[in-house]
Amino acid sequence: MSLDKPYKDIPGTTVFDAEQSRVGYHLNMFCMSLMKSANRERFKSNERAYLDEWPMSEEQKAAVMARDYNRMIALGGNIYFLAKLFATDGKSYQYAAALMTGMSQEDYAKMMLHGGRAPEGHSAGERRDG
Amino acid sequence: MAKVTAGVTTSHVPAIGAALDLGKSRDAYWAPLFRGFEFSKRWIEDNRPDVVLLVYNDHASAFSLEIIPTFAIGCAASFNPADEGWGARPVPVVQGHPELASHIAQSVIQQDFDLTIVNHMDVDHGLTVPLSLMFGQPQAWPCRVIPFAVNVVQYPPPSGNRCYQLGKAIRRAIDSFDGDLKVQIWGTGGMSHQLQGKRAGLINSEFDRRFLDRMVDDPEALTRISHLEYVRDAGSEGIELVMWLIMRGALNTKVDEIYRFYHVPASNTALGHMILENRS
Repeated sequence: MSLDKPYKDIPGTTVFDAEQSRVGYHLNMFCMSLMKSANRERFKSNERAYLDEWPMSEEQKAAVMARDYNRMIALGGNIYFLAKLFATDGKSYQYAAALMTGMSQEDYAKMMLHGGRAPEGHSAGERRDG
Repeated sequence: MAKVTAGVTTSHVPAIGAALDLGKSRDAYWAPLFRGFEFSKRWIEDNRPDVVLLVYNDHASAFSLEIIPTFAIGCAASFNPADEGWGARPVPVVQGHPELASHIAQSVIQQDFDLTIVNHMDVDHGLTVPLSLMFGQPQAWPCRVIPFAVNVVQYPPPSGNRCYQLGKAIRRAIDSFDGDLKVQIWGTGGMSHQLQGKRAGLINSEFDRRFLDRMVDDPEALTRISHLEYVRDAGSEGIELVMWLIMRGALNTKVDEIYRFYHVPASNTALGHMILENRS
């Protein structure tokens, strides 16, 4: 009997379930390794060589090299693990979130200041809050 | 006898910790947020707990994908702040309360909640940001802290109802501890936010405000919110709100709302903060 996964229909959202976790295991564990300063240095000095130490798919490695976070999430990445990667680059959650929405960081920050994105997926406006 | 005196909830956004650590708490962006905790800092000065049982989620810091415990209780004597990729936060080491933590573990497991016992782990912003918000920047945290980690990284997290019932079991455990301790339960995380994908930046103030209202007078209604509703209405990371229900389950049915603060945005997140006291 298959599991019911109604969350698959929510637009613009990838739920990190057991299936995604299985696909993304090595991608996420690579990210986890960046919690150690020595590993961050080694990764920064030669990204490709560092990635080749991990049994990740070529697609996953390419997505990491391109810092394509939506692609990494599609390939099993989880945002809390991917956070180690953008932290290694000196970037914030807000930087990564803006990137994934396709907005400039400035426009994204402005949207958040105006109450964020309404659940329907549109910028809030009338939901302004403070 | 140990006594549960109050419950506190707050979001635990990492950027809040960074703002504080980098001396930006008076900047125009952050000042309104930190002002929202001025009352709380005075309140906790007057209502100092001996121990805080702090419910939070680990953000792939202590637990990777190697081990994913649904509920984990920290029984160690101390817990170091984690290096989350940008160096550890410059905050004090967290002092645990091994005797009370072990007592809670034993009691709660005997009440059918199978906790994972952790005797060594680092604690990340999920735990240290709430401490910073409530206590500021002291040389040492002014009370003991029992870290209580809930999996909200890999779906599905525990249900809201499971969390609420667990809170009740934790309450019974604390009530039966033979030691004169004032214990607060903190539930952290939330409120509405989504950090990933095209829908990143989601905020749902209506959902959040209704949630805050019901935390006070109808928590059982909150236990019926499904995972799907959380993800759809409060964002993929808004599901962290189930952790607030552990705190609420540990309080009396009737509580007094001492304080409430709601602020948008804290980086990508709607920040919600409450102080609830047991009605005597």
